[in-house]
Amino acid sequence: MLTRRTLLPLLLLMLALPGHAAERSITVASTTSTENSGLFGYLLPIFQKKTGIEVRVVAVGTGQAIKLAQNGDADVLFVHHKPSEEKFVAEGYGVTRFDVMYNDFVIVGPKADPANVRGGHDAAAALRAIAEAKAVFASRGDDSGTHKKEQGLWRTASIDAVADSGQWYRETGSGMGATLNAAAGMGAYTLTDRASWIAFANKADLELLVEGDKHLFNQYGVTLVSPSRFPHIKAADGQAFIDWLIAPEGQKAISEFRVDDQQLFFPNASKAGS
Amino acid sequence: MTDLTAAFALALDMLLRFDPDLLEIVGLSLQVSLSAVGLAALIGLPLGAAVALFRFPGRLAINALLTAFMGLPPVVVGLIVYLLLSRAGPLGILGLLFTPAAMILAQCLLITPIIAALSAQTVADLHEEYDEQLRSLAAGPGQTLVTLLWDGRFRLLTAILAGFGRAVAEVGAVMIVGGNINHATRVMTTAIALETSKGNLALALALGIILIALALGVNLAAMAIRDAARVRYG
Amino acid sequence: MADVPSILPLRLTDVTYQARGQTLIDGISGDLEAKGRSVILGPNGAGKSLLLRLCHGLLQPTAGRIEWAVGNNERVRQRQAMVFQDPVLLRRSTAGNIRYPLHLHGTPRREQQARVDEALARAGLSAVADRPARVLSGGEQQRLAIARAWVARPEVLFLDEPTSNLDPAATRAIEELVLAVDQTGAKIIMTTHDLGQARRLANEILFLHRGRLLERTPVTEFFAAPRTAEAAAFLKGDLLC
Repeated sequence: MLTRRTLLPLLLLMLALPGHAAERSITVASTTSTENSGLFGYLLPIFQKKTGIEVRVVAVGTGQAIKLAQNGDADVLFVHHKPSEEKFVAEGYGVTRFDVMYNDFVIVGPKADPANVRGGHDAAAALRAIAEAKAVFASRGDDSGTHKKEQGLWRTASIDAVADSGQWYRETGSGMGATLNAAAGMGAYTLTDRASWIAFANKADLELLVEGDKHLFNQYGVTLVSPSRFPHIKAADGQAFIDWLIAPEGQKAISEFRVDDQQLFFPNASKAGS
Repeated sequence: MTDLTAAFALALDMLLRFDPDLLEIVGLSLQVSLSAVGLAALIGLPLGAAVALFRFPGRLAINALLTAFMGLPPVVVGLIVYLLLSRAGPLGILGLLFTPAAMILAQCLLITPIIAALSAQTVADLHEEYDEQLRSLAAGPGQTLVTLLWDGRFRLLTAILAGFGRAVAEVGAVMIVGGNINHATRVMTTAIALETSKGNLALALALGIILIALALGVNLAAMAIRDAARVRYG
Repeated sequence: MADVPSILPLRLTDVTYQARGQTLIDGISGDLEAKGRSVILGPNGAGKSLLLRLCHGLLQPTAGRIEWAVGNNERVRQRQAMVFQDPVLLRRSTAGNIRYPLHLHGTPRREQQARVDEALARAGLSAVADRPARVLSGGEQQRLAIARAWVARPEVLFLDEPTSNLDPAATRAIEELVLAVDQTGAKIIMTTHDLGQARRLANEILFLHRGRLLERTPVTEFFAAPRTAEAAAFLKGDLLC
């Protein structure tokens, strides 16, 4: 279908499109938690005002974000699964990975708490209790950072939850928000990052039940996609964004972002990349 | 129920305030879908007419494909266009991914079969009436095709409207190839998906109500024009 | 135009047309000459319309030959025209309908307007030139169909029962228009089942019955002394099919 005859009007059409684009823009592949919580909505105007660079965020799961970056379809990768990010750099797709900030994961569930996990600080123990009670658990099931974290916790708890998939273990195969909506609808437990949870508006009967386990630590990292691998990558502007994020100014902006008077992300950049 | 009533109130409120974010999203939705419909009509109308009028090898296969492709899943179209436009793909050099042009292309692929298949039927019906007269006037194949498209223009509008309805309502394709980037590629449907995932169900539904109203408005306007013209031209 | 050889006469040799096992046109032969108005007369179902369509080339005979004087090529079709019993008017204006054949034949744009205006005037349609064709009255629509057929100056004009659905006043207007077209030099070949019309318009009558050409005689002779019993019965109104 893609002959010159169809492409030509398309290109003409593009010329006719009003320029939303700022003079300089970069594309960032990131996760739903950073976008949906409103963090980017808060950070990006500050950055653009300072540098004139417009940041366009494509918010998908960590797995898909990495895939986009591996195809060269984003200039910067901003996600939260350190092992995958390090692999991304090691395979030559990224330049250097920097820690930016962290928050934590929490386990939320129905008020009635059929597995009796409320107030616990041990995530693996809570999951074990949920499995034993055969209480409904909603999993992202989408290869996202949160999903990978959840899989790690099941391994720690020595439980093969996927064996019961479709029974009490429900894989939604969708984003954090959709999974929270599903959990609210089913009265299910689920693992979520704290930012998504606080910003989520449809909590219904769900409550925060388990937090504070050091295994629930959620580190975000940022990586410039390799310009030597993809010559079209806007390396200078992408690096400028990364530099700003990990500099005192960006770190301060991250710490000042609030939803309902709560701080959602905690800056922890160290100058050296990992 | 509270979300439902809240949604209607919210929709009305946003419309009355001429919410600038809303206007931007509505504007882009219209721009993308109308452009896609325009392109799809340029391809689909002659293609449908050719399938209806001419006997050529592969005609039956094309006809079957067009009919089957009327129900193409938007996500699949989105995925195909993503793979084409990705920097790693064959058309990556154009740098069109995550732009409105990519969304137009995806929607165009999605609805061209709809417009072609529906117009094939319309043109075939009209051809029965016109065939002898046009042959008597010694109209060539190309002239016959153009004449039937032009004389069927009011009926073909229905095919075009069906394409527009599908384009403006789909979310799967534009989400993948547009990326739902704020102030760049966010349209009504991806905004609805986003607000749903944020749990803002009332806001999501309010946007949905506006989208439906928009589609309804475009259809009503087009049909009013068609009916007026029909009365005039018979 | 003078150096272009005429496409007439049209020669029919043993023309036969069969459909669904029935012989509808049965072994018709003869030449249709450039001069005069030939009227094909006969009861319903005699095969008048079929014969016209065969001559015009819309149908192919199952046996026999139909040959124009210059051979049967693409250009021959552009030098003849046909007015159908129920003409299909295009969904555009009266003038647009008349312009259409000129557009098809590639007539230079600057010539088109004058010829459209002339055809409009001749058919008495100048006042409704800009009206949509499909809202015209039945008589106006049929006059428009004749004007559209005539505008490209065909050498042969076929008319298939052009007045069958019209009232007497509209019929009279059509007949006058046909005579006017004849004056411009076009060969008229038309069908009718209306004896009065045949008497008014024909130079010669081709009497068709059950697919066979029973008689071909000058008009006065046909009405005064028909040669066949069928023609005589038809003239008396006894032969209905």
